[in-house]
Amino acid sequence: MSTNTAPAPVEPETPPTNKHAGGTGVLNRKRGTIATVVMAVLAFVWLFPLLWAVYNSFRDYSYTQANGYLSFGGWTLGNYEEAWTRGQFSRTLLNSLYITVPAVLLTLFLSSLVAFVLARFSYRFNLTLLGVFLAANLLPPQALLIPVFRMFRDIPLPSFLSDTGTMLNSFTALVLVNTAFQMGFCAFVLSNYMKTIPHDIYESAELDGASVWRQYWQLTMPLVRPALAALATLQTTWIYNEFFWATVLISRGDKFPVTSALNNLRGQFFADTNLVAAGSVIVALPVIIVFFVLQKQFVSGLTLGSTKG
Amino acid sequence: MSVDTAQPTKDDARTTRRKPRRRSTKDRLVIATMIAVPTALVVWLVWLPALASVGLSFTRWNGFRLENIEWVGTQNYRDITTIYPPFWPAIQHNLIWLVFLFVFPTVLGMLLAVVLDREMRGSRFYQTAFYLPVVLSLALVGFIWQLFYSTDQGLINEVFGTRIDWYGDPDINLWAVLVATAWRHTGYIMLIYLAGLKGVDGSLREAAAVDGANEVKTFFNIIFPVMRPINLIVLVIVVIESLRAFDLVWIVNKGRNGLELISALVSQNVIGEATRFGFGSALAVIMMVISSVFITVYLRIVFTQDQEEK
Repeated sequence: MSTNTAPAPVEPETPPTNKHAGGTGVLNRKRGTIATVVMAVLAFVWLFPLLWAVYNSFRDYSYTQANGYLSFGGWTLGNYEEAWTRGQFSRTLLNSLYITVPAVLLTLFLSSLVAFVLARFSYRFNLTLLGVFLAANLLPPQALLIPVFRMFRDIPLPSFLSDTGTMLNSFTALVLVNTAFQMGFCAFVLSNYMKTIPHDIYESAELDGASVWRQYWQLTMPLVRPALAALATLQTTWIYNEFFWATVLISRGDKFPVTSALNNLRGQFFADTNLVAAGSVIVALPVIIVFFVLQKQFVSGLTLGSTKG
Repeated sequence: MSVDTAQPTKDDARTTRRKPRRRSTKDRLVIATMIAVPTALVVWLVWLPALASVGLSFTRWNGFRLENIEWVGTQNYRDITTIYPPFWPAIQHNLIWLVFLFVFPTVLGMLLAVVLDREMRGSRFYQTAFYLPVVLSLALVGFIWQLFYSTDQGLINEVFGTRIDWYGDPDINLWAVLVATAWRHTGYIMLIYLAGLKGVDGSLREAAAVDGANEVKTFFNIIFPVMRPINLIVLVIVVIESLRAFDLVWIVNKGRNGLELISALVSQNVIGEATRFGFGSALAVIMMVISSVFITVYLRIVFTQDQEEK
């Protein structure tokens, strides 16, 4: 596809003739038109795969087989029905929920504890501590696979946490692993955010006799709510999308979350592209809804982490 | 609460970096717990396994009984580099992955950000279009692109009247997968640069415009240097992303037949037919060593930024 077409937004041109008009950030007219056209084309190219998936998910397989995919018509909802039952999405979506929600809450809670200590106190080990979490966040998970896999196979879990009796094939394992990996990013973002809270607030809280825990829970946490919301949105999509650990730590079909279930559907679906389309839309829908409802949170979450301020 | 509040004087409240006052035992316990619990989790599930991978990489082990672990020294590393066929292709693919991500989606993402940073009509809409794929998992991206790549039902083959197996042909499937990755990666990079560009002082650009500098000059002389910290972060992100790349090739064919990547090789040695834990660990350690160089770079950038702010 044409993803490689580089845009030419900055055509070399003679310097602007009228220096007085034209604000700083605004493109002049000619360039503005070029940029708009290039952007519109690229934006369409970028949206096209999703639109194409939605379009074909509503079309009958036999119709597209007879008329080709470049046709119009053959509307049906059958692909969704079939994809839903054959893909067992009612179960895998629920599994994803059981993994994502606890993992996001635990990640935010634990990383906010670390972030609070990092921001509130200036211990000598602060930088090292942050390093321990941040580096963990960047390490390739495959590098840790073998020991984690082997360890989980031997750790027994009570039956209410895992019906296989070990951490392998349990939601608990995925929740903990995701949490361990994501804490670094969240602790980093949160501690930067918490550092903007004026120190005087803590001083007066201490004068009032507030314990450290109360300062954390009743003073800091309410103030960092915007950052928590942004991170929650981001982490929800990331953990919902997490594929590697869900693939290697879960081998029982009834335990797969949505993303790793795709692995099994591949064989069943790839012979019927319309089914692939419907399945893709079903899997994408939860994150796309989250994205559109909480778009601002999503973007600010990503940008909080990559740069400061 | 039990903090002794009688003696603190007004003047030490003003200096923030002072000796911490003595806290009650309970407070100190709370602080210790706040650090200890998350640290224990990350040490248990990340750092100890990392060390264990290093240790296991010098052994031969089928993963069952601990007493069967057999010390073989650097044998695994020698085998990997000499007689393990998929290794060098995997290294090559990872490198291609890295170069491709830099040359196309990263540069494109940066250019998009520079253009969309202007007050352009519909800028919000374009931004949304470009980063919509970012919310999708790479496994799902692989699924969606099957609609284009399928041999008999894919759009590309239908438009051009060809019958190419884009995901299956070992000569081209790497490129097919890379294009799909680029679809998602571009928006991500754009977002990072957009955030960074917000920090570029508008007056700098204005001054350049007054001096008669054209857009290209303004970009290279003013905007690009200001973005230096972001460029470094993006560099590290791209390197680490291309090293970790896994989801897409695994969903396509479990990292075989033209799509070998180191991450997939590690996984094949654990959950594949043969469980060779020592051998797989050696592959894992190779990954770890490469990534740790860039993690160090990343941490240095982050921490120097930190120092500057103080």
